[in-house]
Amino acid sequence: MSDTSISPAPSKWHLPELGFLGWMSVGILVFWAFVVIFAPWIAPYEESTILTEKSFDPGDGSAFMLLGSDYLGRDVLSRLIYGARVTLGLAFAATVLAFVLGVTLGFVAGILGGRTDDIMSRINDAFVSFPSIMLALILVSAFGSSLWLLVLTIGFIEATRVYRIARSLAQNIMVMDFVEVSRARGESLWWILKNDVLPSAFVPLSTDFGLRFTYSILLLSSLSFLGLGVQPPLSDWGSMVKENMAALNYVLFYGLKVALAPLLPAVCIFSVTLANNLLVDWNLSRSQKDISGELIA
Amino acid sequence: MRGDQREGQLLTKLILRRLALGAITLLVVSLIVFGGTEILPGDVANAILGQGATPENLQVIRKELGLDRPAYIRYFEWLGGLFTGDLGNSLATQRPVSDILAPRLPKTLLLGGLAALIAVPLAVTLGLYTAMRPGSWFDRSLTTGSIAMVSAPEFLIATLLVLAFAVELRWLPAIARISESSSPGEVFIALAMPVATLTAAVLAPMMRMTRSAILNVLSHPSIEMAILKGVPRRTIILKHALPNAIAPIINVIAVNLAYIIGGVLVVETIFSYDGVAKLMVDGVAARDLPVVQACAMFFCAIYIVFNLIADVVSIVANPRLRHSK
Repeated sequence: MSDTSISPAPSKWHLPELGFLGWMSVGILVFWAFVVIFAPWIAPYEESTILTEKSFDPGDGSAFMLLGSDYLGRDVLSRLIYGARVTLGLAFAATVLAFVLGVTLGFVAGILGGRTDDIMSRINDAFVSFPSIMLALILVSAFGSSLWLLVLTIGFIEATRVYRIARSLAQNIMVMDFVEVSRARGESLWWILKNDVLPSAFVPLSTDFGLRFTYSILLLSSLSFLGLGVQPPLSDWGSMVKENMAALNYVLFYGLKVALAPLLPAVCIFSVTLANNLLVDWNLSRSQKDISGELIA
Repeated sequence: MRGDQREGQLLTKLILRRLALGAITLLVVSLIVFGGTEILPGDVANAILGQGATPENLQVIRKELGLDRPAYIRYFEWLGGLFTGDLGNSLATQRPVSDILAPRLPKTLLLGGLAALIAVPLAVTLGLYTAMRPGSWFDRSLTTGSIAMVSAPEFLIATLLVLAFAVELRWLPAIARISESSSPGEVFIALAMPVATLTAAVLAPMMRMTRSAILNVLSHPSIEMAILKGVPRRTIILKHALPNAIAPIINVIAVNLAYIIGGVLVVETIFSYDGVAKLMVDGVAARDLPVVQACAMFFCAIYIVFNLIADVVSIVANPRLRHSK
């Protein structure tokens, strides 16, 4: 299922030949990183300022709103900009957590092997036998959905997936010749982990990081869309879709522009996940791998 | 002959072992579902009473629900109830969960079943077709298009469909309501968009995986031999590659059908469809634990059964897997 090809770490960095779609993806991700960092300076209004009495105001009245207003009369553009912070920030934090947890435990299991590995892997298997959104719902119904708990929940779920990849990578690397040499030289396990295992696992793990980030965004957005993720007054792209769905009933009166309120947050999510997946696909095709094996996890 | 017999015994043993493993997985899942929903800070009694909780009436409710007894006893009672169909009472409505669940089960199965019925043949055909001409413009546009499709959240697809077919064209209703008295035509109109959304969500990964399963088989030496013999590519795919690829393809289908579960949650919510998934989402929001537990077990059981089928099929179809431990 996972990319477990192993080669010694590359010694030199070249500018990659990404092609049009690849550079477009990099552009999209850089754009969103910029938006996340500079949100307060870019956004025309505060995210929670109510500018008009009307729901789904087209925004050409006294307060000019490029993309119109949402169901409470707040500026859609500003909320999209601040929403980027919540969605991408939380998803990124969850992905980092998933990697710290998953890679550490996976490497420990893969390197130690034996009993420890058996016990850890069986416990992990139990969590992997849930569809990830189902696990998320159970955890949310148990713990609730404050921001910290959302990051922990999503990070934990994705960590169970990262664990499997990290473990099999570590297992494969530990039987390589260069590890044998290091062992024969009498290096400590920690030295081997730092100098042999981690550099060799870096490329496949970075590919997986992209995928996990995508899954974290989609999982968080789905939860928020179901009303079980980010709670008001804060909102992310997923909850913006949910709270503005009613705009579709106003299309008849105000024209198609009001449909932007629920549509654009979904398109923003799509732009990030698409850019991510295109880069992952490019990365995998370089090593003659097909993305299909990674699509379900 | 003797070899065949032994082979058969070995196969039965392996399949039985997989089934046993599936049963154990289900048991562990039930443990996590129960444990996960029971460890919430402040127990069910708190959830019922909300703000008005005083130590005295908390005690009364706990006694009423049997919460004063140890958790492991309640777990075994709950587990026993799963087998006898007694799923407890909903905290929100006080009605038996089985009564609430029963009319919703066929609706969710219908929705998922219809999506599978459309997505599976379509995905396998497209996967086959792209594998026949890898690198052609058709293959490249479909494989790139499939990346776009897996990147799209279900609610983006659904919102676009609603905007086009319910708001602009006004052909289809934005809310999917069906009842037992609905005619097939009414069911078709109500379910067209939900099924289309679900289909779109599983189509792309299923197609990509089918394609790579076939291409994998095509890299086998026997296929190279057939090519060198001058057998036309079409015949190679249909006569040589397809029979060998059936096992991986069935595996792909089973894995993806399990994937429909994730989509059902979002789709039923968007189209206000009265299925099990919507019940579960509402249950989580209201912290109606017996309902959440029952729905979670329903979905996890389906998921595990599909994964089990995938495993068994790949054991039956692939002799090499039988001999590896």
